[in-house]
Amino acid sequence: MKFGIGQSVHRTEDARLLRGEGRYTDDIVPPRSTRMYVVRSPHAHARIGAIDTAAALASPGVVGILTGADAAEDALGGFPTMVRGTAPGGGESLEPPLPVLALGTARYAGEPVAIVIAETVDEAKTAAELLTIEYEPLPGVPSLADAFAANAPLVWPECPGNLHTRDSFGDKAAVDAAFDGAATVVDLDIVVSRVAVSSMEPRTALGIWDENEGRYELTAGVQSPHMIRGLLANCIFKVPLNRIRVAAHDVGGGFGMKGVPHPELALVLWAARRFGRPVRWVAERSESFLSDCHSRDHLAHCELALDENAKFLALRYRGKANLGPYMTLANMHCAFGNIGHLSGVYTFVAVHAEVETYFTNTVPIGPYRGAGRPEATVVVERLVDKAAMKLGMDPADLRERNLIPADQFPFNTGFVFTYDSGDYPEGLRIAREASDWDGFEQRRIASLRRGKLRGIGMAQVVEIAVGLMDEMGSITIEADGSVTIGTGFHNHGQGQETTMRQLASEFLSVPPEKIRYLPSDTDEQPSGFGSAGSRAAVVGGVLIQTIAEKLIAKAKRVAAVLLEADAEEIEFHDGTFSARRTNRSATLAEVAQLAHQPMRLPEGVEAGLSHKQMIRVDGPTFPNACHVCEVEIDPETGKTEFVSYVVCEDVGKAINPMIVAGQMHGGVAQGLGQVLGEFIAYDEDGQLQTGSFMDYQMPRALDLPNIRTIANNVPSPNNPLGIKGAGESGTVGALPAGLNAVCNALQPLGIEHFDMPATPMRVWKAIRDAGGMARLRAAVDAP
Amino acid sequence: MPTLKLTVNGRPVSREVPGQLLLVQLLREELSLTGTHVGCDTTQCGACTVHLNGRPIKSCTTLAMSCEGGEVTTIEGIADGANLHPMQEAFRANHGLQCGYCTPGFVMASIKIVERLGPDFTDEEIREELEGNICRCTGYHNIVKSVRAGARAMAAHGGSAPVRREGEERVVDSTRSMLEQISELDPESNEAHDAASGKAK
Repeated sequence: MKFGIGQSVHRTEDARLLRGEGRYTDDIVPPRSTRMYVVRSPHAHARIGAIDTAAALASPGVVGILTGADAAEDALGGFPTMVRGTAPGGGESLEPPLPVLALGTARYAGEPVAIVIAETVDEAKTAAELLTIEYEPLPGVPSLADAFAANAPLVWPECPGNLHTRDSFGDKAAVDAAFDGAATVVDLDIVVSRVAVSSMEPRTALGIWDENEGRYELTAGVQSPHMIRGLLANCIFKVPLNRIRVAAHDVGGGFGMKGVPHPELALVLWAARRFGRPVRWVAERSESFLSDCHSRDHLAHCELALDENAKFLALRYRGKANLGPYMTLANMHCAFGNIGHLSGVYTFVAVHAEVETYFTNTVPIGPYRGAGRPEATVVVERLVDKAAMKLGMDPADLRERNLIPADQFPFNTGFVFTYDSGDYPEGLRIAREASDWDGFEQRRIASLRRGKLRGIGMAQVVEIAVGLMDEMGSITIEADGSVTIGTGFHNHGQGQETTMRQLASEFLSVPPEKIRYLPSDTDEQPSGFGSAGSRAAVVGGVLIQTIAEKLIAKAKRVAAVLLEADAEEIEFHDGTFSARRTNRSATLAEVAQLAHQPMRLPEGVEAGLSHKQMIRVDGPTFPNACHVCEVEIDPETGKTEFVSYVVCEDVGKAINPMIVAGQMHGGVAQGLGQVLGEFIAYDEDGQLQTGSFMDYQMPRALDLPNIRTIANNVPSPNNPLGIKGAGESGTVGALPAGLNAVCNALQPLGIEHFDMPATPMRVWKAIRDAGGMARLRAAVDAP
Repeated sequence: MPTLKLTVNGRPVSREVPGQLLLVQLLREELSLTGTHVGCDTTQCGACTVHLNGRPIKSCTTLAMSCEGGEVTTIEGIADGANLHPMQEAFRANHGLQCGYCTPGFVMASIKIVERLGPDFTDEEIREELEGNICRCTGYHNIVKSVRAGARAMAAHGGSAPVRREGEERVVDSTRSMLEQISELDPESNEAHDAASGKAK
């Protein structure tokens, strides 16, 4: 099969995207459209007083203005959290939902306070300038560290110490005992910096109110139309599900952030109903920085215990995570949901973690590619490197000694996860060889002779995919044999339009040009879960296979009529139905044609050829990889350059290896971006200091290396196709591999740990504080 | 309001526009050419790159009125009917795009880079030249491959006369189709992904 599983076919969606004919939300302009401008709090924490709209309402082109009081009057709810916690003293923790407009108090700079609807954006902005809002600034909590400082101001008066919840995982007694008997203990304080997801297409939304149907229609850049619809219906507007339609056509990147409902999705719909006209909104980049959920932002103290043979005994973790001022759909998930990754790829005796979550007056936290996985994994992999340094061992050798052997799967970590399959030692061997790990010392010395510091970093990582295991799909075969497939997955760059076609082509033997993939629209398909957590390839594989098998069974009964045989005698192979022990056969198109002529079918044979089904896949899958990153640092300027990158990955099985490699490249780039220079900075008043691409260092082409990808696939036993998923793995590995490389470069100066980001200023200062390069030069000059 | 006259993708355009209208707003809102995107509003990301009088410019910080009498080409104006421009084709063949939002800007910028530099340059040079464009999805690896392949295909195609560097000899088999050129130039297309066994040697 030329278009089936395992083929690097070119993507179906590319031609339209390359021609500029993509259909992103802001490309759609319904008649009588208006524009929305969101008026945002200029204060991190402030009491909102009177809002005078009179002058703004009189401004040219203004259609209307709505405030938090109007939202309260219309009884609009907020977006709730998916994961609830327990209060530190027991009982339910405070779970303030994300409001659509602030009422009474603004709790982060950038929080929506009012919306202005006007004929044009310029008119809306002009009117917004005329809006008078009284603010009484309050003391705020501008960072995670400030949240647990003594006498910190309170984000919520009812939440003492800003501590939202505290929870622990694993066997504390076993970990304590292991530490007591350890030959070596290393510890580490680590900052997992705060970053902005920064999809290239800013968040967008188009709201339409259908007066005749009494129905809201949202078109928006979202990853999970069905989930967003459910939240809008149940939590915001309190209307039946079928009174809301959510469609997402082309979406310019999501990375988890666009899986989170943001206030503007509700605001455009509400304004459209209130004013009876379509309402369009698109964030400016500065608004994106002020209002897209930020990510990561953890602080951790962690310890690793080893025995006298350098075998890992136990890992102890004390982490603190920032939530922002409100619960979002998944900020708790980022803090707690992926803590299981602390067991890494190793045979620990025991792992124990204690996690605290805090409220702050910063933009609410949401998921970003990995959503807790990179945060936990960077802790493990930094500890391993620090242990290697302390023991004077090669970090690759130390890892190798502690890897889960290939014959130990399924492997119960005894902590949270049971890993499905893999060959970790082989992955390490391949990455070690491909990166010429063992030849590094010569390269380090060569760099040093040129006055440069060179570092190499390895990270061997595993991540859970397919947290959400349910999905709905449909396949319709029309009378001419053409096939239409629908799933709840949304394609915002990962290529599901192509891979889902490949799956259908594989199982139905239909050429791709006869397959249509339905757009992501709750009207086309009533249920689904969307794209998140590296799940589409695994769940989609099982989904399409299951539905295709049902359809073939159905078609066999029709073919039996056509071929004058018993249904049990019909075989389907390569697009053809044939009756055993005869020379009679029929194509899928011929069978489909008959299936659509009920009067020619005998009683008991169902007409039509379509099937819709919800499935649940078995257990999670665990993609894994060994990453090796090499850097060179110029001590004169502090500039870090990534010189090479190798990733040897196990995605179980690739539907489209070209797309898998692309996912690795992009994932690695996002991890390295955080290592190199991306970080969100607030000042002491909670004002955002990194509010544009001029201040926030997005990695550019010259900042990143070529990335070599090598497959080490071991099929997962947890689904019939063996697929494990590929979406997040690159980021999970690149954050620790990149950071390990930077730390390794600085290690000869006596620097034991360096926190991300490796901006020139921070690196230069670290080198200066460590006494500079003098002693290394002496070492090189020595005979 | 003043009247603006210019040519967009070969067609004359004449209309009254407010003085503060940006070129990207003219293209997207007035002419419905929505392939040109806005990613940052501050000339950092290059998603809005178009050609003005043969030069790449960022249309999100260009006043429409400043283009009076000019010739503007957008992403919608570079394909030859059903055939993609060699640079578009190269991005497709090399998986040089994922979400596609930054892609029109990269393609428009890359065409001008190649016209300026000719078909032969190092990866480092491409990466440096792409300084004005940001992509969040691809990690640039396949974009660099795409531009390299697109450059050779443009030269083979003869569509845009590439400037050859002094003293360099270059032979192009003009009988081979553009597509063959591109696929041949795709040797390391994830070669390591052993689709059959799923196991690398």
